[in-house]
Order: sequence, then C-alpha cells, then structure tokens
Amino acid sequence: MNINTLTIDGARKLVESREVTAAALAEAHYAQIAERDETIGSFLTLTKERAMKQAERIDRLAEKGDPLPRLAGVPVGIKDVLMTRGERTTAGSRFLEKFVAPYDATAVEKLEAAGAVCLGKLNCDEFAMGSSNENSAFHPVRNPRDTSRVPGGSSGGSAAAVAAGFAVATLGSDTGGSIRQPAAFCGVVGLLPTYGRVSRYGLIAFASSLDHVGPLTRTVKDSATLLEVIAGRDTMDSTSANVPVGQYAKECGREVEGLRVGIPKEYFAAGLDPEIREAIEHRIDGLRKAGCEIVNVSLPHTEYAIPVYYIVATAEASANLARFDGVRYTTRSTQVKTLADMYRKSRDEGFGAEVKRRILLGTYALSAGYYDAYYLKAQQVRTLLTRDFQNAFASVDAIVTPVTPTAAFKLGEKTGDPMEMYLSDIYTVTANLVGVPGISLPCGTNREGLPLGIQILGKHFDEATVLRLAHAVEQEQQ
Amino acid sequence: MSVAENNRNSLKKERMKVTEKDVAYVADLANLELTPEESTRMVADLNSILGHIDKLNELDTSNVEPLAEVVSAFAGGEGSQRFAYAQRADVVKPGLSREVALSNAPDTDGTCFRVPKVIER
Repeated sequence: MNINTLTIDGARKLVESREVTAAALAEAHYAQIAERDETIGSFLTLTKERAMKQAERIDRLAEKGDPLPRLAGVPVGIKDVLMTRGERTTAGSRFLEKFVAPYDATAVEKLEAAGAVCLGKLNCDEFAMGSSNENSAFHPVRNPRDTSRVPGGSSGGSAAAVAAGFAVATLGSDTGGSIRQPAAFCGVVGLLPTYGRVSRYGLIAFASSLDHVGPLTRTVKDSATLLEVIAGRDTMDSTSANVPVGQYAKECGREVEGLRVGIPKEYFAAGLDPEIREAIEHRIDGLRKAGCEIVNVSLPHTEYAIPVYYIVATAEASANLARFDGVRYTTRSTQVKTLADMYRKSRDEGFGAEVKRRILLGTYALSAGYYDAYYLKAQQVRTLLTRDFQNAFASVDAIVTPVTPTAAFKLGEKTGDPMEMYLSDIYTVTANLVGVPGISLPCGTNREGLPLGIQILGKHFDEATVLRLAHAVEQEQQ
Repeated sequence: MSVAENNRNSLKKERMKVTEKDVAYVADLANLELTPEESTRMVADLNSILGHIDKLNELDTSNVEPLAEVVSAFAGGEGSQRFAYAQRADVVKPGLSREVALSNAPDTDGTCFRVPKVIER
C-alpha cells in the first residue's frame, strides 16, 4: 500500500476487502504526519480520538460484512475554518486559539456520515485571508513539492496534506481562489462548487457572498465523489440552493466529443508565465483531438475583477469579523476597564496584520461618503463581470483558463507588498464574484519541476460538465 | 461640513491620498487599535491598494444595476424557487444549550455573557 497515491475508491476497497483495517489506515497516515509534518506544517490540531472511534466503527461494519458507506475508512483532513464539534477550531487566528467548536459544519457532518475518518484540522491563512498561507497566526505551511516555496493559500494546509500523503482528501474553502490556487501550487485537484451548491453552515464566514466549501483531492473523480457527498440544500444555510445533486463520479469517463470549450483571450494576456501558457495550450490541443470544439471567447471586464474583489470581499469581511469583540469567542484582553476598551484591545491582540488591513479597507469602502465611490461601484462592475460570463456561456459549455500567473513562489517573496500578493489571485477571483463552479487540476510541471495548474469554469450548477472535461484532461496526461 | 460631505467633495477631484487621520478615523469605526508603526504601514498599504482600485473609474456604470449577491442575478424564473424552502414555519426547535453556547465565553455568570461596566457613574 502506497498511501501517497491512494484514492478514495482505493482506500475504500482496502477497508472493504479487510486487506487493511480503517484503524490501520488511519494509523499509517498519522505515522506519515508524525514523520514529515514538522517540516510541512499542514496540521494545526490532530483529532486522533475522534478519528480512531470512527475507524473502529467502520471496521466493525466491515467485519460483519454490512454494506459500507461511500467514504468508509477514507482518511480526510478539514480546513480549520470549518466547525468540528468538541475540537479546537481556530481559523488560523490567535483570536480563536482556544475556541472549541460547539457543533459540526454540515460538510463535516456529511463526510463523517459517509464513513470518512477525520484526522485533524488543517492550517490556513488567518480567517482564510491570504494567498500563501504565510498569514497563519501559528506557522506557515511549506509546499511538499519544494519546501522553500509556499503551498498557496488560503487552503494551503489542505492542499499540502493531500500532496504530502497525510490525507487522501481534504476540505477547503474558496472565497477568491483559496481552493484552486493552492491545488495548482501543490499539484493536486481542487474544486470550487457553484455558489449555493454546498452548505456553509459551520464555515467561519469571511465574505458571505463569495465563500464556498469544496474538496481537494488527488484525482478528478475523487473531487466528484466528495462533491456528491457534501452537496445539497441544507435548512441550516438558507443560501444553499434546492437543486438536484448529480452523480458526478459517473461523469468521469464520459466522452467529451461535441462539447464547446471557450478560451478567453483576456486570461492569456501579458503577465502569464510562458511555461503555464504552453502547458495549457497543450491540454487544449488534447481536448480538440478528443472532439471538443474550441471557441475563442471574450470576458472583457476581466482586468477589473481584482479591484472589485478586494472591495466586496473586504467590505463583507469587515461586517463578518465584527463579531470578534471579546464577548463570546474566547479572547478578551486583560488590559481593559471599559466596554470600548475591551473591543479595541481584544481585537488588537487577536487579529494579525492582514486581517486588520482588510477590515480597515472594507470599513473605509463602506464609510460615509465613500460607499458610492467604492462599494456601490464595485457591485455595479460585478454585474458587468456576470454579464461577461452569461454572454460567453451562450456559445460555450465551459471555459478553460490558467489558475495562477506563475508556479509556487518562495516564502517571503510577496509578503512586503499586499497588492502584489492580491494580484496572484487574478485568474481565480472572478468565479467567486460570478458564482460559477470551477476546478483546478495539474497540467504538468515547469523546468524546475514545480506543478502547473489548469482551470475549467462551468455554468451555474453545471459541475457535471466541468468534471467531465477535467477528467478528460487528466486522463490525456496519463 | 460633515465627514460624509467632506469625503464626497474630496472624491470629486482626483482621489485624495489616505492620511494618518483617515486611518485613525476608520480604525475607530472598526474598533481596531493600531500602534504608530501599524498606522504608518496601513497608510502606505491603503494608498497602494486604493490606487489599484481606482481603475474601476475607467468604467461608466451609471446605468448598471449593482449586484450584491449572485443568487438574485439568476432569480428570474427558477432561481428564486431554488431558495423557496428557506422560508419555513416559525416553529421553535431545540438549539444549542445555554451551557454550550456560553462555553467559549471569556467571562459569564453562568446564564449570561459578562462584560465590563457599560455606563460610567
């Protein structure tokens, strides 16, 4: 058994056939974590008691010969922005260093109900704000493919854990690329479901009109399987849509002949690493050979996406993070005499620099006199971005783009200038602003051996086509 | 002149640089306390970021509806039906127990969150 390349179906078969017990499978992953995570830094908390209890439950079922659930015995990790009842849930922040979640996020509950074994909670940028995982209040995460480089962010721990063989699959969250960009940097698959497809109950909110929960895996089919498990309406999240959930794993392997694939010229303009362009063009050729019709499309407002995103996301964050005030969530400064003092000093001590920067920017954009010029303006341009996609999707079934302008950068390379860091999200933020699904999957390596990613975006609630195409791209490389 | 009027007027001309005073004002609104070093850094960062955001002014959006969330953009027709279930009968259901709800609080009296005195005598 090579746990570095284990898939969901592979893990489940081992457990079902009794070749390996779920408990032994979990132990093997904990052993690998013990050996190597000191270097990588992907886990913040190990939930071993919970994991072994679940593994033993699965093993008892397997022993009796009972039918096993979809994810029976599959070792998974959870980004630390999702609630896990009775376990520490920090969002990568000092503020929540001692916070113990009082309930389970719906996505976590669904994974465990399907038999998955949750090994622990994964490191991330503080409150999911960042593109390199260097904003974690605890420690950065290193890219398993080259430990001098970042794993991407904010779901850096989730991507690194899958790449390093610490978990077969993980959950992440994506507000502007936080699943797809780290997936590209670490050479794994990351799926952004449609806005409303997966419940966000129990996700610590960053920007509510942009936040998504989704999987990171080793294969496209594994992402499809996890989506089937976690998708669907949830009465605990009124933004989760009542749309039938597809049989996504079955989409993997379907012919792609006749599908129309759009190539937006704005995503291949100056600033894109030529090696990434070449790798993607190679995959587009592959799709053409498989019978797809390749169509040039235009998304003319693309260059405005980053400014829109950093207004909308920070404005929403400034409201969402107001709840961290020293009253309810573990942290309260000891240096306070008055209520106002308590708010200020608790927030000062609890929040890191990037979180403060975004709260300030968001508050500024919402403040009297600036609301129209920034927040309203950004919302209007968001409409234009949405129209771009509606127009493009009138003539194509999916859109292929890069995920990132470059491969993984070095730790410390972009921490000096926040704007430079923000621009690394240039190809991913638009999907969140528009609410469409997208996937990031590996499409080769550069001369230095670093993984490169390709992104496929689809129509609202059409994850089926996204996964079908992604699977074709993945198979073509093998 | 009110702060709002002042801000509006300053926007009519070329965007004014964010100053230490602006950062202090916004930090106050956001209940954040900044050290002098943090404040200096934030002035520079906000100016850099807002300089990039000013790109939005290249677009004429006078006849464009704002979009606060994507659901409404697709609500014409089946869009709104997708969320019809969210409206439900107002029935009391069990939630978190008081003990659990208070379990993460820095200070409680066992039934309520306790905070420093709000009104000075």
